[in-house]
Amino acid sequence: MSKRIQAAFDRLKQQQRKALIPFITAGDPTPAATVPLLHALVEAGADVLELGVPFSDPMADGPTIQRASERALRLGVSLRSVLAMVAEFRKQDTITPVVLMGYGNPIEAMGWDVFAKRCAEVGVDGVLTVDFPPEESHDAFEHLQRHNIAPIFLLAPTTNEARIEQVAKLARGYVYYVSLKGVTGSGSIDLSAIEEKMPQLRKHIALPIGVGFGIRDAATAKAVAKLCDGVVVGSRIVQEIEDSGVQNVVENVGKLVKELRQAIDKA
Amino acid sequence: MSYNFPDLTGHFGQFGGTYMAETLIPAVAELAEQYLRYQNDVEFKAELAYELKHYVGRPSPIYHAKRLSEHLGGAQIYLKREDLNHTGAHKINSAMGQALLAKRMGKKRVIAETGAGMHGVATATVAARFGMECIVYMGAEDIQRQAPNVFRMKLLGATVVPVESGSKTLKDACNEAIRDWVTNVESTFYIFGTAAGPHPYPMMVRDFQCVIGNEARVQMPEMIGRQPDAVIACVGGGSNAIGLFHPYIEVPDVQIIGVEAGGHGIASGQHAAPLTANAKVGVLHGNKVYLMQDENGQIIETHSISAGLDYPGVGPEHCLLKDIGRAQYVAINDDEAIAAFDALCRFEGIIPALESSHALAHAIKIAPAMGKDKVLLVNLSGRGDKDMNTVARIKGITL
Repeated sequence: MSKRIQAAFDRLKQQQRKALIPFITAGDPTPAATVPLLHALVEAGADVLELGVPFSDPMADGPTIQRASERALRLGVSLRSVLAMVAEFRKQDTITPVVLMGYGNPIEAMGWDVFAKRCAEVGVDGVLTVDFPPEESHDAFEHLQRHNIAPIFLLAPTTNEARIEQVAKLARGYVYYVSLKGVTGSGSIDLSAIEEKMPQLRKHIALPIGVGFGIRDAATAKAVAKLCDGVVVGSRIVQEIEDSGVQNVVENVGKLVKELRQAIDKA
Repeated sequence: MSYNFPDLTGHFGQFGGTYMAETLIPAVAELAEQYLRYQNDVEFKAELAYELKHYVGRPSPIYHAKRLSEHLGGAQIYLKREDLNHTGAHKINSAMGQALLAKRMGKKRVIAETGAGMHGVATATVAARFGMECIVYMGAEDIQRQAPNVFRMKLLGATVVPVESGSKTLKDACNEAIRDWVTNVESTFYIFGTAAGPHPYPMMVRDFQCVIGNEARVQMPEMIGRQPDAVIACVGGGSNAIGLFHPYIEVPDVQIIGVEAGGHGIASGQHAAPLTANAKVGVLHGNKVYLMQDENGQIIETHSISAGLDYPGVGPEHCLLKDIGRAQYVAINDDEAIAAFDALCRFEGIIPALESSHALAHAIKIAPAMGKDKVLLVNLSGRGDKDMNTVARIKGITL
């Protein structure tokens, strides 16, 4: 339910803290590792979890997340099995919001009505489909809204004011600002450009604003946290998963996310 | 009947649209706006017409394949000779139009995806012609099977980037080109190779390719006093096909037949024929189309002997033409395409591209049962020089 997202950001606001929003690809490095990884992320201080649904053609992703998707798909991970992972996670954690992030076609194949219903059943709180902009999403969002699942939108440096307004009307939960022109995990982040864009975003968006793409270390996470309400870290964590053996992956990722948490809390 | 697609938001019925990541939405919106502005601009049209005539070599002739027709003993086969264009295929029609638009939009860097390499060569050519930087993305597997075209692109000054992800073919090259565009969106014009992708590409590429059908509509009456009984073209993404078909949509009594790549046969599952195989509707590369995918919505790897047809989707307008019944779509297998390739070489002295050989193969299949007064117009979309290595390998010959 999208209520969990709101509750998480309300708590953070009271505590005057910024959200840490880690991303992992479901099924990477193995399907069995995903639920333990999600718990470890929460344990290390994550406030919202973004769970990537692997897709064969991840056009908006850089090489790190591309490889994660390929690993997961080779192990037979599908949208159905990702939903089952969330159900498993919810047995122990009924508080931390889970957002599914991916591309539209696996959902189209399942049918948005079935998908939204399943999301509500298993405890998914928000859905971000990279390649479904507001213009093409009317039917999809009706189904999500009916089940109280938050549609999460991306905004980009190229997004003009009229579109920000349009997205502000449809968005629920939080808004994800893509910090750079590029794919996930690429380039170097331009803090002054984010700072410059933020007032324009705030003017229209009352929801919390998370910033992601290109945040690779604790220092950057801290600097970005100062400018917005939440920091999304994806490729850096997925890289850690790739570099760790299956044995150590939960421990290593936990350690990395703890460092990010501490840095953000100093912001 | 009044046919007027796409609508203002780029939809062909339920197909098409703008399914892109947010960063690129303003870029495609700007492109749509600029295209609408220049589409009927007198100066733009005059410049395009000049380039098509003096640089590309248009109009392309129509040729009556008499010996082949006599051999088959049925319908007369006519060929629209897009293989005689500069660079050897229809791709230059649209690459030229898009380059002229890029020039007006002040873009100095162009990118493209390519399968068989013909669109890459066309893009590298117009980039050289107008002094633009050119990057072409090409699947690593296609680089192997289309080596001569890779060399041509490099000679023309383009950078060819091998794509190692996924199936290492056209769809992966397309993913990589999109990733480049999202990174360099302000400096870069994406010269898209086929009549698919996000709006306005399916409309814009179609419009530029319609020169094929518009010429044919004038040429056929000049040659035989009437329009053909059927127009036939191969369909990967479907740009040469829509270029021939679109001007004939509202011409009564002209049958429209699109020929997909049947690979090892539809039943084998190893093909690239989403329309013929009744694939489900899905979303890939910016548009909603019939798409080869598994039950979980993952795009499946396709197979065709012809790199240019080896693509899991198809342009949105073909999806609509199938649904409304104005066009029919069939598949031709690898071996049938090779037989047609051989036939055109031997009977007419024309070496066709393997892509175009699919369209020709269907004409060869249906001609014998038709009367000698019937006329089939086949779009010979490209020449086969690039396919020498592939054909030699199939015939067990080392070059």
